[in-house]
Amino acid sequence: MTDTGPTMKRLLLTLLLLLLPASNAFAALDPALVRQLAAEESDDKIAAIRQLGASASADAAKVLKAMADDELLVADEAVFIFDGEQAVDAATGAVIDPVPETYESITVNNRLRSELANALAALKLYDPDRAVRLAAATELQSNAGIGMAPILAAAMAKETDAGIQALLKQAHALANLENPDAAARLAAVELLADSASPATRGLLLPLLDEANEPDAAVREAAAQAVDAIEARLAFGEILGQIFSGLSLSSILLLAALGLAITYGVMGVINMAHGELLMIGAYATFFTQTLFRAYFPDYIDWYVLAAIPAAFLAAALVGMLLERTVIRRLYGRPLETLLATWGLSLILIQAARMLFGAQNVEVANPVWMSGGVEIMAGLVLPWNRIVIIGFTLFVLALVWVLMQKTRLGLFVRAITQNRPMAGCVGVPTGRVDTMAFGLGAGIAGLGGVALSQIANVGPDMGQGYIVDSFLVVVLGGVGQLAGAVWAALGLGVVTKFLEGWSGAVIAKIVVLVIVIVFIQKRPQGLFALKGRFVDN
Amino acid sequence: MSTNLTDYDTDNRGGEDGTQVVGHILQPGVDLSHKVILYLEAISVSFDGFKALNNLNLTIDAGELRCIIGPNGAGKTTMMDVITGKTRPDAGTCFFGQTLDLTRMTEPEIAHAGIGRKFQKPTIFENHTVFENLELAMKTDKRAWASLFAWLSQEGRDRITDTLKQVRLDHEADRPAGLLSHGQKQWLEIGMLLMQEPQLLLLDEPVAGMTDDETERTGELFKSLAGKHSLVVVEHDMAFIEQLGGKVTVLHEGSVLAEGDLATVQADPRVIEVYLGR
Amino acid sequence: MRTPFTIRVLAAMPRSGWIAMGLFAAITLVLMPALHLFVPEGHPFHVSNYVITLGGKIMCYAIVAVAMDLVWGYAGILSLGHGMFFALGGYAFGMYLMRGIGTDGSYQSHLPDFMVFLDWKELPWYWAGSDSFVLTLILVLAVPSLVAFVFGYFAFRSRIKGVYFAIITQALTFAAMLLFFRNETGFGGNNGFTDFKRILGYDITSPEMRATLFALSALALMLALLAGRYLATSKFGRVLAAIRDAESRVMFIGYNPLHYKLFIWTFSAMLCGIAGALYVPQVGIINPGEMSPANSIEIAIWVAVGGRGTLIGPIIGAGLVNGFKSFFTVAFPEYWLFFLGALFVGVTLWLPEGVVGLWKRIRARVAA
Repeated sequence: MTDTGPTMKRLLLTLLLLLLPASNAFAALDPALVRQLAAEESDDKIAAIRQLGASASADAAKVLKAMADDELLVADEAVFIFDGEQAVDAATGAVIDPVPETYESITVNNRLRSELANALAALKLYDPDRAVRLAAATELQSNAGIGMAPILAAAMAKETDAGIQALLKQAHALANLENPDAAARLAAVELLADSASPATRGLLLPLLDEANEPDAAVREAAAQAVDAIEARLAFGEILGQIFSGLSLSSILLLAALGLAITYGVMGVINMAHGELLMIGAYATFFTQTLFRAYFPDYIDWYVLAAIPAAFLAAALVGMLLERTVIRRLYGRPLETLLATWGLSLILIQAARMLFGAQNVEVANPVWMSGGVEIMAGLVLPWNRIVIIGFTLFVLALVWVLMQKTRLGLFVRAITQNRPMAGCVGVPTGRVDTMAFGLGAGIAGLGGVALSQIANVGPDMGQGYIVDSFLVVVLGGVGQLAGAVWAALGLGVVTKFLEGWSGAVIAKIVVLVIVIVFIQKRPQGLFALKGRFVDN
Repeated sequence: MSTNLTDYDTDNRGGEDGTQVVGHILQPGVDLSHKVILYLEAISVSFDGFKALNNLNLTIDAGELRCIIGPNGAGKTTMMDVITGKTRPDAGTCFFGQTLDLTRMTEPEIAHAGIGRKFQKPTIFENHTVFENLELAMKTDKRAWASLFAWLSQEGRDRITDTLKQVRLDHEADRPAGLLSHGQKQWLEIGMLLMQEPQLLLLDEPVAGMTDDETERTGELFKSLAGKHSLVVVEHDMAFIEQLGGKVTVLHEGSVLAEGDLATVQADPRVIEVYLGR
Repeated sequence: MRTPFTIRVLAAMPRSGWIAMGLFAAITLVLMPALHLFVPEGHPFHVSNYVITLGGKIMCYAIVAVAMDLVWGYAGILSLGHGMFFALGGYAFGMYLMRGIGTDGSYQSHLPDFMVFLDWKELPWYWAGSDSFVLTLILVLAVPSLVAFVFGYFAFRSRIKGVYFAIITQALTFAAMLLFFRNETGFGGNNGFTDFKRILGYDITSPEMRATLFALSALALMLALLAGRYLATSKFGRVLAAIRDAESRVMFIGYNPLHYKLFIWTFSAMLCGIAGALYVPQVGIINPGEMSPANSIEIAIWVAVGGRGTLIGPIIGAGLVNGFKSFFTVAFPEYWLFFLGALFVGVTLWLPEGVVGLWKRIRARVAA
C-alpha cells in the first residue's frame, strides 16, 4: 500500500482533473461510476466515491448519502435506492419496475465511511447556501487528506465568498501537506504559517521529524511555520485574557463604585451592598417580565428601560437603610458592619420569598448575543463588550456628578473632613442620605450589568462585597481614580493568574497580593498624605 | 549598643515574681558623653509637595529646658513626629545621644530608649482608671509575655501614689480617666510621662486649657524636672514660656528662624515679621 | 515579693464566679453524664442523645464565643474569619477520625473513601502521622495557631485594623473555603469528612463516648473562660484594652502593640481550634461549609448578643442564639434568616452592651 499509494494517487488525480469539467456538465451521473460503488475492492469503491465527490452534483450527494446510510442497494447489475415504495436507479433516476426480488446494501467499512464523509463535505462546498458552504469549509480545516486537494482546488476556483475562499485555501494547503511533490508541500507549509489554529500546528508538527518529511527545506519551513503559529496563539491567548480581565474589571468597578462613595462619605462598610446589586438584577428581571407581557415587540430594548428602574429601586432601598439603621450607627464602623450584614440577610430572605429560591432567567437581548471574532479562536461576546461600555458610561456619570454638581461638591467635602464640612454649612445629614442613595443606585446599575452575564438569584450579591471592598481599599478611600485603577489591576491580574493556576489559587494569590500591598501603602494607591490622615 | 526590644535578655523571664524588672531595660541607654541629648540635622519632610520640615537643624543639650514657638504650620508637631518615629524624614539624621539613630527605630523602641511625648490633644486611656493609666505608663518590662505575669509590686504602687500626688490627682485615682476635666487630663498625661522616667520629654502645648493657677504649677513642675531630664516644650503661651525661662527656638516654614533667650528672640525683626507682618 | 501563680488565677474571678463555675462543673461533669448513662431511656430523668449532643455542640460554640470576645471585646479586633480556625481544628481532628475508620469504609481500603474515589494510591504527605492521637492533638493546637500567627503578623505589622481587618479576615476564610472545596486539596472536597467510627478504639456513637465528649467540652469551656478571665484581669488585658482605645498612645509609652495583638489573636485561634476538634466528633461531620463567611460573622453576633468584653456574656449569647436557631430552623425554617438579620440589627442598635449590659442596667435601676 505504501509504495503503490503515491502512484495510485497521482493516477487518480489526473483522472479526476480530466473528469471534473465533464461531470459538472451533466446532470445525471455516470452509471459506470455508480456501479463502481458496488465494486468488490475497497480501492475501486474509493475511487468512485472520490469522483462522485468531485462532481459537484446534488444527485451525487444523494447517492453518497444513501451509501453512507447503508441505503444504497445493489441487485445484479442495478444500483438503486428506494424512493418510498419505488426502486429508483441511482445513476439515472429511472424507476426500476418491478423491484428486484433480492438485493443487498453495499458494504461500507470504516475506511469507506470516512471517504464518504469527506466526499459529502466536498459536495457541500458547492451548495448554493453560503452557510452550508461555510460549515463544510470549516469542517475540512481539520481533516482534509491529499485526496481532497483537487476537489478543494476546484471549489476554490468557483467560490466567490472571500471568507470561505480563505478557509478553502487553508484546507487546500493542509491537503497538500501529503503531496508527494516537495515543492507543493513547501508552498502548503508556507501558506499554513499564517494560521492561528492549534489544529494546524498539530498537523505541522510531524513534519519537523525527518522520518515523516524527507525534504530539508520543507522541514525548515515547517519549523518556522510552527513557531509563527505558536507566537500567534500565545498572542491570541494574552489578548483573550486581557479582554476577560477587562470584563471582570468592569464588573468589579460597577460593584465597587457605589461602595467607594458610601465608604468614602461615611467610613462604614455596607455589607448589604451586594444585595443592592441583587435588587438591581431583580429589577431587570421584573422589567423583562413587564416587557414580555405588555410590549413584546420591544422586548429587545427592555435592558434600556431596566437601567433607570434598577437605579431607582436600589437607591430607594439604600436610602431607606440609611435613614432607618446606618444613620444611627455613625462612628461605630464595626457595629455598622454587623447591622448591615443583618440587613443583607433580611434582603436575601425577602428576595427568596418574593421570587423563589431558584435563579430566575434573564435573557440577553438579541443585540447583546453572539460576539465578534477578532482573530481565529478569539471571540469577544457582545454582552461583555456592552458591559465594558456601560461601565465607562456609569463612570462618566459618576465623575460628572462628583465634579460638576453641588451634591458632588458636598460629598467630596464630607469625605475629606466631615466636621469641617458641617461647620461651613454642608447639610451633612441630607447629603449622607443622598450619597447613600447614589451609591446604592450605582450598585443597582451594576445589578443590571450582572444580570446579563451571571445568574440572577437571591444569593448573587454575597460574593461581591469582599471583592469590591478590596477595590476600594486598594484604590484609596474616597478616590474614584484609585478605584478605577484598582479594579483594572485586580481584574486583569486575577484573570492572568486564573490562566495558569486555576480560579481558587488565583483568588488566594490576589488576596495575598492585596495584603502585601497594604503593607507597603496602607492608604491605597492614591493616598491622601499629611499629618491629619492618621488616627 | 543594642537598642532593639528583641535584644533584651530573653532567658530571664522577668516579672514572674511581680517585681519591676528594671534590670532588663537598657539603662541609661543614651550616650550623653558630649552633653547633647538630641541632634536633628538637615531634616526634611514633605507631604504631597508641601514641605512640613525644610532642612531643620536643632540640638538639645542634656538637662536643658527648651521652648519651641512658631506660627501654625511651622512644623512643630511634625518635628515631634519625626523624633518619636511616627513620621520618617525624607532626608536628614536624627540622633538620640551619640549613638541612637531615631530614624531607624520604631515608636515603642524610641519610647524605651527614653523619649516620652505628650500630645497636643490629651490622649489618655479613657476607659481605664487614673491609677491604671499611670500603671500602664510605669517604666517596667513592657513586653507581652512579661505583662501576662506582671503583678504590681508595693514599690510600684508607691511610685504611682507619689506621682498621683505630684499631679494632684490622688483623689481621682479610681475614677475612669475619661471623666476628668480637660486640665486634669493634661496633668494625667504629664503624670504618665513622669512614670515613664524618660530622659527627654516632648511636650506639645501642655498648658492649653489650663487655668492660670494650673499653668503656673505646671511651670514649676517642669522647672523642677529640668536638669535631671531634658524637656522640649512647644507652646503659644508667652507668659508660660517666660516663666520657664529657658532657651527659645522659633520655627518658621519648617526650619529654625531664630534661637536665643526669649527677650532676644522677641526683639528679632524676622520673628516680628513672621508673627505680625503677614 | 512573689505572688504565686495560683493566687493570681484565683483572683481572676470573684467569689460568685467561682461558685457559679463549681455549679456548672457539677452539672456538666457529673450530673448530665450520669443521667445520660445510668438512667434508662424513657425515664423522665433520662438525658437523651439529642440533648447531650446539642449541649456539647453549644458548649463548643461557647468556647469560640469566648475566643472571639478576647479579640473583639478586649482588643477591639473584629474578626470575620474565626470560623476558619474552628474548622481547621475540626479538620485536624477529623483526619484522625478518618484514619480511625480503618478498613470499615465502603471501599474497605486503608485510605479514606474519598481518596479511593479520587483514585489516589497513597496518603498525601500532609496526612502523615494523622493516625497518631497525640500528634493529632498537637496539630489541633498548632495548625490554627500557626495560620493565625502568620496572617496576624503581616496584618498587625502593617497596622491593618477596624473595618479593613474585618473584611480581610472574611476574605481569608472565604479563600480557605474555596481551597477546601477542591477535591485535589485532599480533605474530601465538598463532602468533607464524615462516617466516623471510633476514637482511640472506642465506638464514637456509644453513650459513654458521648458523655465523655460532652464533659470534655464543658471542661474546655471552663478552662477557656478561666484563661480569658485571667488575661482580662492581668496587666496584659489592661494593655490590650489600652491598645483598643488609643493605639498610638500605647506605642509612645513603650509597648509594642504588634506583640500584644499577635499573642491574643493566636491564642484566640487556638481556642477555636480546640472547640472545632471537640465539635467534629460530636456532630459527626466537618465540611468546608463551616468556613463560609456567614458562619464566622454569626460568631460575632453571639458575642454582641451576650455583651462584648464580658466573657460570660458571649457564652450566654452563644447559648441563646444557637438555642433559638435549633428551635426556629425546625419550627419556622423560612423565618430564621429574618430573625437572625433582625437580631444583628436590633442588638447593634438597641443593645450595644448585650444581655449582660441589660442585666446590669436593670439591676442598677432596681437598686436605685
